[in-house]
Amino acid sequence: MAYDKFVTLTSTAVPLPVENVDTDQIIPARFLKAVERKGFGDNLFRDWRYDKSNQPITDFPLNDSKYTGKILVGGKNFGSGSSREHAAWAIYDFGFRVVVSSFFADIFKGNALNNGLLPVVVTPAFLEKIFKAIESDPSTEFEVDLEKQKFTLLATGEAEEFEINPYKKHCLQNGLDDIDFLVDSKEDIEAFENK
Amino acid sequence: MEAKTLFDKIWDAHVVKQVEGGPNVLYIDRHFIHEVTSPVAFLGLKNRGLKVFRPDQTTATPDHNVPTIDQELSIKDELSRNQVDMLKSNCETHGITHHGLGSEGHGVVHIIGPEMGLTQPGMTIVCGDSHTSTHGAFGAIAFGIGTSEVEMVLASQCIMQPKPKKMRVTVDGELSKGVTSKDIALYIISQISTSGGTGHFIEYAGSAITSLSMEARMTLCNLSIECGARGGMIAPDETTFEYVKGREFAPKGEEWDKTLAYWKTLKSDDGAKFDTEYHFDAADIEPMITYGTNPGMGIGITQSIPTGSEMEGTDKTTFLKSLKYMDYQPGDTMTGKKVDYVFLGSCTNGRIEDFRAFAEFVKGKKKADDVNVWLVPGSKAVEKQILAEGLDQIFEDAGMALRQPGCSACLAMNDDKIPEGKYAVSTSNRNFEGRQGPGARTMLASPLTAAAVAVTGVITDPRELM
Ligand code: SF4
Repeated sequence: MAYDKFVTLTSTAVPLPVENVDTDQIIPARFLKAVERKGFGDNLFRDWRYDKSNQPITDFPLNDSKYTGKILVGGKNFGSGSSREHAAWAIYDFGFRVVVSSFFADIFKGNALNNGLLPVVVTPAFLEKIFKAIESDPSTEFEVDLEKQKFTLLATGEAEEFEINPYKKHCLQNGLDDIDFLVDSKEDIEAFENK
Repeated sequence: MEAKTLFDKIWDAHVVKQVEGGPNVLYIDRHFIHEVTSPVAFLGLKNRGLKVFRPDQTTATPDHNVPTIDQELSIKDELSRNQVDMLKSNCETHGITHHGLGSEGHGVVHIIGPEMGLTQPGMTIVCGDSHTSTHGAFGAIAFGIGTSEVEMVLASQCIMQPKPKKMRVTVDGELSKGVTSKDIALYIISQISTSGGTGHFIEYAGSAITSLSMEARMTLCNLSIECGARGGMIAPDETTFEYVKGREFAPKGEEWDKTLAYWKTLKSDDGAKFDTEYHFDAADIEPMITYGTNPGMGIGITQSIPTGSEMEGTDKTTFLKSLKYMDYQPGDTMTGKKVDYVFLGSCTNGRIEDFRAFAEFVKGKKKADDVNVWLVPGSKAVEKQILAEGLDQIFEDAGMALRQPGCSACLAMNDDKIPEGKYAVSTSNRNFEGRQGPGARTMLASPLTAAAVAVTGVITDPRELM
């Protein structure tokens, strides 16, 4: 799936200080019935964003106009549960390009990377700082530098380096995906099959 | 030679190549698809003008969206019907075997694979569904993938994966009466948390594991994902070989002998290194029940919900948020709490042994008046066996009716939704907020505990009625 190239990003962030945010919350199962990859952002965190009568729940951060930006900050073990890639699509489609947490579930992380959404792992202590910084000033900006693999709280200059597989980094920077690579590897695959 | 784990042996045998500074290109022997996570992958192929590379290594069945009554009629929900129809037409276009609704091979994808003998030791198996870990029970590397990866497998029979770390979870000793492999799994998750296995692939070992039946092993491996692990596996042994032998797609004749000799080499060598190890004693495990909104929030059924007094920060917020959703108080006792629904089924506990255990328990008893009981076989083959053994009669006498195969109340995508605010004791795998329907409250438990609740209408320790 084509996505935008990722270079650096400076943005405010939306906080979601809850642990174990599972993919059933990110995108509830009843919204998985589409057969195209369209419009999932509307249903991102559907049951946390809207009440039973479809009214926005005003104190949920995504509905709170003081929080904006392309960075979503979640509590530890973000993206646990189902393998639905729709979770990554919904977050991307909503407008986020980066998700920050102290810990991601494996499948979610892989899905995010396959869709141009950058998962940034920070230490638990830094995560707490990020939450506090946004809470005290929602206009706090952060910088995500993929080349340097660095996440910076701009107000104070505090920063942490994050890890990313070099191959995945290359893919994100160039908007490439694995399928192109695999299709180009057909000869190797056939040779393997005939071994 | 270097001592290797079971996982290493299978993984290494499937690496096509290593990408510089990147993941492995891993060859996939068997690919299962269902209607929810495949349509966008097929669309991707079409947009790139690609064909399915090895159609005979993919098997399809619709399970998530299907109704479990009146399957003969057309599916009412238009979006669900559209996904189910699209799976069929995509399979026809690409020459993939498709076990449609109502056909003999239909069922939950992780149930039909093993039944048909498509799941075998030593294989790499993937599916766009996290509970693909079920197939690891055969000594296979099996794990869930996202839709982009489904497209990769369709296009190239490979995916790109970094090699995970290895964990061994050893459970020794004998299980007490009333304790099942579901309880072992919920116990392990409660001990190591829902993220304790992240980055790892688990091998289960120990005498409590090797004495499990093949179906019980599938239940255990099924739940590996709930502690965050990519998958779980058990070294194949006589129990495994016995189960696979003679199934439709199992090797036959000379081929069987040759394959069996290979399968017998599939075990971790003495001295093989694991990145993480856990040891548990089977005697410490009682029937388990969850009280919160993730599978790690489980306790022995006789225990009370933690008080949370020692927690702080986001831990505490998360704990309290969860109890608020369940409308439970810290320190509450679980037994005696009112239950509105009981669900027996899913890829976790929808196999014949689960129905036998449930039937044996409710035989001669009556369903509690105000509890709804949904009995949903995991596949057509399970349904057929239930009828052949007359278990349906036992259910009927107890005032419970059998439904038709599908994922059913495991996830709120089909008609079987638990109404808002109601409590369900479920043999499935996830108790997340809204998993069984918006506002539904789920408690995960074994088929035995579910049976006990079905006859009492409240959370009940099954051992009291055995
Ligand atoms: S039964 Fe539940 S967990 Fe299993 S495949 Fe179906 S929806 Fe997924």
